[in-house]
Amino acid sequence: MNGDLTPVRAGFIPLIDAAALIVAADRGFAAEEGLRLELVREVSWANVRDRLMLGQFDAAHILAPLAIAAALGSDYTKVEMAAPLALGLNGNAVVVSTGLYRAISDAAPGDLNDPAETGLALSRVIAARRKQGAEPLVFGMVFPFSSHNYQLRYWMAAAGIDPDRDVQLVVLPPPYVADALAKGQLNGFCVGAPWASVAVAQGVGHILHFGVDLIARCPEKVLATRSNWAAANAPTLQRLVRACARAAAWCAAQENRTELAQILSAPERLGIEPQTIRQILDGRLMIAPNGETRADARFFVLDGWAALRPDPRHALWLYAQMVRWRQIEHSPAAVMGAAGVYRPDLFDAALTTRNDASAADGIGAFAGPLFTAGDVAGYLAAVARSA
Amino acid sequence: MALRILVVDHNSERASVVRQALVDVGGYMVEVAPRAGDLLALLRTAQPDVLIVDLDLPDRDTIEQLRVATRERPRPIVMFVDQSDNSMMHAAIEAGVSAYVVDGLSVNRVRPVLDVAIARFKAFDALRRERDAARSQLAERKIVDRAKGILMRAKGITEEEAYDRMRRTAMNEQRKMSEIAQSIVTAAEMLK
Repeated sequence: MNGDLTPVRAGFIPLIDAAALIVAADRGFAAEEGLRLELVREVSWANVRDRLMLGQFDAAHILAPLAIAAALGSDYTKVEMAAPLALGLNGNAVVVSTGLYRAISDAAPGDLNDPAETGLALSRVIAARRKQGAEPLVFGMVFPFSSHNYQLRYWMAAAGIDPDRDVQLVVLPPPYVADALAKGQLNGFCVGAPWASVAVAQGVGHILHFGVDLIARCPEKVLATRSNWAAANAPTLQRLVRACARAAAWCAAQENRTELAQILSAPERLGIEPQTIRQILDGRLMIAPNGETRADARFFVLDGWAALRPDPRHALWLYAQMVRWRQIEHSPAAVMGAAGVYRPDLFDAALTTRNDASAADGIGAFAGPLFTAGDVAGYLAAVARSA
Repeated sequence: MALRILVVDHNSERASVVRQALVDVGGYMVEVAPRAGDLLALLRTAQPDVLIVDLDLPDRDTIEQLRVATRERPRPIVMFVDQSDNSMMHAAIEAGVSAYVVDGLSVNRVRPVLDVAIARFKAFDALRRERDAARSQLAERKIVDRAKGILMRAKGITEEEAYDRMRRTAMNEQRKMSEIAQSIVTAAEMLK
């Protein structure tokens, strides 16, 4: 049957939220759908975007705001994009150097888990540094069109800090951030898992916030294709979406976590040791060099319909951040264009064959989280959360 | 004045070939950064006129931000790319990259490639400016047309009268026609 598989080429960046795509390819879900899913590991988001635009990739694991920016042609060539699947929610963390952590905790009157408190403390640190004539603090993020950029800005702006004037925001690729923090080139950063953990494990930084402290349900990466590819390859796209959604359900089952961590740790996938990946999957992260941990089940969310079905409100929220930070100009056409990237219709076309045993979880309920047979307690908790 | 060139490449052998070639030709100040951590510091001090980048480095995203941040004064960017990767060239050229150094280059090829890069960059940059200007003209015309339609319907006046009204308001308020038109469209949408 191998000869009959339809080839699909997809790019990804080695991050935890590429899990659904990786598992779809590496654990047979794509093959079950009749696809030969070839994954290409990329090094930069700009490369992923270019290759997707050009047709070197049929699909890609890509920053949701970057897919929207591409569709709006706000910076580059305009290529219409369709995102039939969200690859989970959340997963970012704000990390600060040990020095800045000390300064913030000295200046924070209250709860360090409260971003309003830490933001206030940060603004005090900034004011004190300005008085001393010190250089502005430097914060890293992964791309101008990224939730990481918007989360950092949201946090700062809420405390009256102007992220374009009071600090310096720089783009730094995730594999470099820990090193840059150690060298003092960065004072902090917002990055996706597992790279925050890497910095903490190296003893150079503290996780100050989980992304969920700032935005409880933050859109992150999507599975994106060119709209014209999606239209011309509708059956193939449906099979790809189904394979990834089934893979996501498999990833979300607690009993599979050990195996999942193994799959993701492979050198040609994330190339990170399985223990670190396991901590992230469990939502239990080491947040300080002294070994202190913090747990939050929402740290990275991959389970359930609500995390996978593209929600146009998410696209619009990201669009609003782009307008807020002057990356694009507001217009009614741009609103339509941004919302139009998220395609719940394509998700539904692939998955809501209701009462059909081929539904993502074998159940096909019309609403609510996917049923996870291997984790009934987790499923019930997800039901309670979505109620 | 010597052209400042920054080479970002983890392949130190290739980087030194490029550097040597440029130094031999003369007229260039060349610095080499192995990767982004150092790149940020170097960009501050070196202020390069041209960047030469290895496409297989994640540093491309850092340079992307730089390109956005320095839109007024964009720099030509040359990228190293694998020989097999022809279509990447088109993507990157579209994106503002001016030329490619294909792997396996020899010393005497560096200078011509750089010349081509700078020439192409200038041409591309001019084209882009023209395109941006044309785009905004078109957008302005569209918004003026929409506002005209709204006025005609709301006031029961002719196209000419509607245009005239907007033109007079623009003159009185010393604003652009497109700004007046935008206010009308926005107001109409809010009143819908």
